[in-house]
Amino acid sequence: MSASLEHYLVVSALLFCLGLFGVIARRNLLIIYMSLELMLNAANLAFVALSRFNNNLDGQVMVFFIITVAAAEVAVGLALIVALYRKRQTAHVEDLTLMKL
Amino acid sequence: MQDALFYLFAALTVLCGFLVVANPFSRNPVTSAMFLALTIVSLAGLFTLLHAYFLAAVQILVYAGAVMVLFLFVIMLLDVKEEGRRKIKLFGLITGSASVAAIFGIFFKIFVLTTPTLGAGLPPPGLEGVTKPLGEALFTQYFLPFEILSVLLLVAMVGVILLSKKDLR
Repeated sequence: MSASLEHYLVVSALLFCLGLFGVIARRNLLIIYMSLELMLNAANLAFVALSRFNNNLDGQVMVFFIITVAAAEVAVGLALIVALYRKRQTAHVEDLTLMKL
Repeated sequence: MQDALFYLFAALTVLCGFLVVANPFSRNPVTSAMFLALTIVSLAGLFTLLHAYFLAAVQILVYAGAVMVLFLFVIMLLDVKEEGRRKIKLFGLITGSASVAAIFGIFFKIFVLTTPTLGAGLPPPGLEGVTKPLGEALFTQYFLPFEILSVLLLVAMVGVILLSKKDLR
């Protein structure tokens, strides 16, 4: 009895929940970004597991695309954080209240 | 053997993922980044167990290599000592726990409702995620998305260069 599809999906769900918790509860922009990466990786794991158990390669191609988009997203996001830090000397979402009424 | 490896990698993934978002010992972003790298490596182990060898290699090269180096560079540019002085907001913890409970309830409901049918009617897994079929699919069936992705990377590169200029107007 090897690890079944549900095992992998449960791990993926747990990882996604952890990422979601990090995005909502933490206040540091960098850690929010890392939590976003966790959520993307959870989706990747679900894609690969479903692809393997359905004998279909499309899921793995999708994961390939997700990894590429995530790399581009990280590059742009971190450049934004650096530009923000240069202007406001902070990387905390609590200090970014410019749009607050 | 495979079962033991699965439980090892799964436990390592979830544990390190937890230490990324809520490390009880240190709130330094560098620690979080290191645990994120460990999470990614153990996820690559899970990919290997799923016979997705090429994706496991890409995961290590792109995530644990390029993305983590980028993260560490940016952490180096910012002030990390400030993080420890901040108080944890109770409001954030409450909303975070509530939303996680909600989405975990949805996941749990899905698993409980569909467990007899989720993996049942499928043939035994025989898919091998080796490089050749993946490359064939990528360059025939998925050629257009592949090319669009290259344009996306170019756009991201131009955007990053523009954003990191000294006088951002």
